[in-house]
Parts: sequence; structure tokens; C-alpha cells
Amino acid sequence: MMPLYAVLLLAVGTYAFRLAGPLLSGRLALSDRLRHLLAVAAAVLLVALVATGALTQGHGFAGWARPAGVLVAGVLALRRAPFPLVVIAGAATTALLRLCGVG
Amino acid sequence: MNMRPLLRTLERATVRDIALVCLADALVGASFGAISVSGGLPLWVPVALSALVFAGGSQFAAVGVVLSGGGALAAVATGLVLNARLLPFGFTVADVLDGPRWRRLLGAQLLTDETAAFALQQNEPRRRRAAYWLCGIALYVVWNVSVLLGAIAGGLIGDTDALGLDAAFPAVLLALVLPSLSDRRTRTAAVVGAVVAVAATPFLPAGLPVLLALVGLLFAGRPEAGESTRKAADDAHAVNGEKEAVR
Repeated sequence: MMPLYAVLLLAVGTYAFRLAGPLLSGRLALSDRLRHLLAVAAAVLLVALVATGALTQGHGFAGWARPAGVLVAGVLALRRAPFPLVVIAGAATTALLRLCGVG
Repeated sequence: MNMRPLLRTLERATVRDIALVCLADALVGASFGAISVSGGLPLWVPVALSALVFAGGSQFAAVGVVLSGGGALAAVATGLVLNARLLPFGFTVADVLDGPRWRRLLGAQLLTDETAAFALQQNEPRRRRAAYWLCGIALYVVWNVSVLLGAIAGGLIGDTDALGLDAAFPAVLLALVLPSLSDRRTRTAAVVGAVVAVAATPFLPAGLPVLLALVGLLFAGRPEAGESTRKAADDAHAVNGEKEAVR
């Protein structure tokens, strides 16, 4: 469940990150090192979400159908297929495998 | 803010590119709404997240953590680490938001990867400002409307597993993150983090494994010389990738 206080915490924190630059830019500057780390951290978290979301359900393995669908979506995205096709092909692959009895 | 002078200040091609990015984000927003509600969250959650947080990646991340059984605080922490990347963007576009206080406070909420990239593409201050505001206002409207429509549609879907919708969530995130993985050190850090997160999943409460992935940052390396100046070009490139994806 996502309670209202969690939505508000995320909103206020995000707004603070946005407003810091416009408010403080005359007085301090961010180092290249920090900029680099923040950009990499975002990519690391997104990929970790992809991996855990594709492979795990609760504390166990999600079954083969879901990662297979995500793999198809990933290949299509790499080949620059349009976004709707990427998502629909991924979901359809998983759905078809389940229809064929793959977990 | 009146939209007509903004449109006249910008080149036709820029306005068209902004429209294409809005179209792409509308599809992402609709998937976000549909996945959240079909996953079991009440309609107000994706709608409130979109209006108040207005940052797609972190919205997906927070909802993903919660839907996989994670705690609300783990969801907030994941979303905040993701949105920390907006901090340097804020410094980069600070000149765009110069002016009366209300404009700075309002304009800050419109700061996203896309608005920053479009502002940075423009050389002249007047155009930078016009690109930022036009992209920001258009995206804010399009994003919130598409999330609401997606959420309503998501409520009508019956058996989400039979339709493979659980694969749609990681598929969307993968499509979003792929452009940033062209950098080798980022890729290494991300792969290490993903392996750690998956390996930790059986043992840790849901939500924490994804945060643990940040140990991958040990492999992030040092920024190359001149990286911050090149960053603007990279961002513009990412937006171009998104445009191609729509075509």
C-alpha cells in the first residue's frame, strides 16, 4: 500500500532537489564527481528495478514467462522499436507463454 | 504564462520535437496509470503521484517497490535517490528560472530530464526560457491527463497476469533506462547492482534489495574531463532517442 504521507514525502523531497539549483546556484557549485555519481545512481536503481521486477516475485523466482517477456521487450527497445510495440510485445510474450502452460 | 509568445519565440522544429516528446510521455504515463491500478493500488495514488511528484521514473520505482510487497519508506527512499539526479539539472538551468519568486517556485516543479534537455539545446537566453516553459507546461498537462486515463482503463482490466501485464512494468523501465547505459562505467555499475539486488531478494524485506544495488556505485569510476559540458549534449541525444522511438 502507498499511504498519503509517503506520496507527500516523495513529493516534498523531489521538489527540494528541483528548487536547490535555482535557489543556490550563485553561492555554490556541484562537483563533477557528484554529478557523475547522481547520474549513475539513477541508472543503477532503474536497472535493479528491471532485474528484480523481471526475475522475482515476493522472495522467490517469478517463473520463466515474465523474464522472457521482458527480454523480448529489451531486444525490441535496443532495436529502437516504437515504445508501444516494446511494451505490448513484452506483455504479449508473457501472456502467450502462460497460455501454453509456462509458469 | 501565455503560450502564444512562447510558440513564436521558438523554431518550428523545436515545437514539433516538444510535441513528439509529449506524445511519447503520454504513452509512458498511460502505462503508469494502468499498471498501478491493475496491480491493486487505488486510483488516487498514481494520480496524486503524477501531480505532486511529476517524475516518471521515480513514480514507476515507488509503485514497483510497493506492488512487490515493499514498505512505503523503501518506496520513498528509492524514488528520492532516483530524483536526486534532478539536483544537477537544477543548477544547469538556474538562469532559465531567474525572475520573480513565484516564477522560480512554479518553474522548479516543471524541472524534468526533458525540460532541462530542451532548454540546454537553445543558445539564446530568451529561447532557453521559452523552450523550458513550453515543454514544462505541455508535459505537465499531458502527463497528468494520460496517467488519469490509463488509471481508469487499468481499473477495467480483469486478470492482469493472464495478459502478461506484470511483464509490462519492467519492460517500460528497461526502455526508459537503455539510452543511459551507452556509457561503459554506468553499465558496469548497473549490472553489479542488479546482480546484488536479485541475489539479496530471498533474504531481505521487499524494497531493500533495490536500494542495496547502490553498492554498484563503487564501480562508477571517476568522471572524465569535460563531462559536465558533454552532459548537455548527452541529454539532448536522449531526447532525440525518445523522438525516434515515437516515430
